[in-house]
Amino acid sequence: MSTEAASGGLTEYIQHHLTHGTATLGEGFWTVHWDSLLVSAALGLIFLVWFGSKARKATSGVPSKGQAFVEMVLEFVDGQVKDVFHGDRRVIAPLALTIFLWVFLMNAMDLLPLDLIGGVARLVGGEEFAHHFYFRAVPTADVNTTFAMSITVFFLVIFYSIKAKGGGGFTKELFTAPFHAHGFVGKVLLSIPNFFLNLVEYLSKPVSLAMRLFGNMYAGELVFMLISGLMVSAIGFLPGVLINAGWAIFHILIIGLQAFIFMVLTVVYIAMAHEHH
Amino acid sequence: MEQFVALVQAYTALGLGIIIGLGAIGACIGIGIMGSKFLESAARQPELVPMLQGRMFLLAGLIDAAFLIGVAIAMFFAFANPLLAKLAH
Repeated sequence: MSTEAASGGLTEYIQHHLTHGTATLGEGFWTVHWDSLLVSAALGLIFLVWFGSKARKATSGVPSKGQAFVEMVLEFVDGQVKDVFHGDRRVIAPLALTIFLWVFLMNAMDLLPLDLIGGVARLVGGEEFAHHFYFRAVPTADVNTTFAMSITVFFLVIFYSIKAKGGGGFTKELFTAPFHAHGFVGKVLLSIPNFFLNLVEYLSKPVSLAMRLFGNMYAGELVFMLISGLMVSAIGFLPGVLINAGWAIFHILIIGLQAFIFMVLTVVYIAMAHEHH
Repeated sequence: MEQFVALVQAYTALGLGIIIGLGAIGACIGIGIMGSKFLESAARQPELVPMLQGRMFLLAGLIDAAFLIGVAIAMFFAFANPLLAKLAH
């Protein structure tokens, strides 16, 4: 969108790229970022169809290259889960695999050319349409997506805590966990700071999980925008391409790393939920 | 009015510098300490390298995260300053 940047300047270029495609369904909170929803749902579907079809066609004979790749990913994730979580991992390992690949695919949308979708919109609908067409291709650079995932993980942690300890055990641990006391008076006195500390501990998990992923992806996206926004001229074209390529190569590391961290921390939190104090 | 805008912009720019600079210092020191320890332990027990490598990358991501969140917030303030948006009304 170099022409637009030339007319509107760097700030407008970046702000155009930072605006979500929104659909208003009603008053107040009922606004939906349809671009994030669409891309994340499509990527989830791609992951499911891809891995599902490979799993159905799996043979014990000589595996095809696709099957070997899927098996490699599966074994990698299963090994990571096995290291952290000791117990029945029939639910946890598929959960970890889903999180890892879904977040990885969503993060990988960062590597799409920045103006690709805007350019397609211009080809289809013309200049005026493209100017009012907002689309952000990276769902994980949207706070709503990352918080939706981390809050789901939060509920899973609570579910597994209650499942492992029972409703009574879970409630008891909320009030007696970090500081232990002997005698009735001490227990009552310590129940308030205990509960407060547990509350902070529980709430900090989803917030840090979501903000970490969001911050990384948002910053990465912005650096892409800055590079291509600053290098719009004919002289800046070649250096711009080179710098963007360099940042993209570095960014591949971050994409995989953040997906991996999200997965491992989810498993760690669920494993912690199974521990008794 | 313009002076107010300039004032807000100046303070924002200073703040951005502090956010990114201090965050970078912290992240770099953290990564440096962790990397040196990783190399030390890899030299002492090379057979543990695969296990340690995974954990090192995990921690590298964790250390980097706070810094990158800071960068994201700083960039947000640099391009869509909500403090300036208030002045427009």
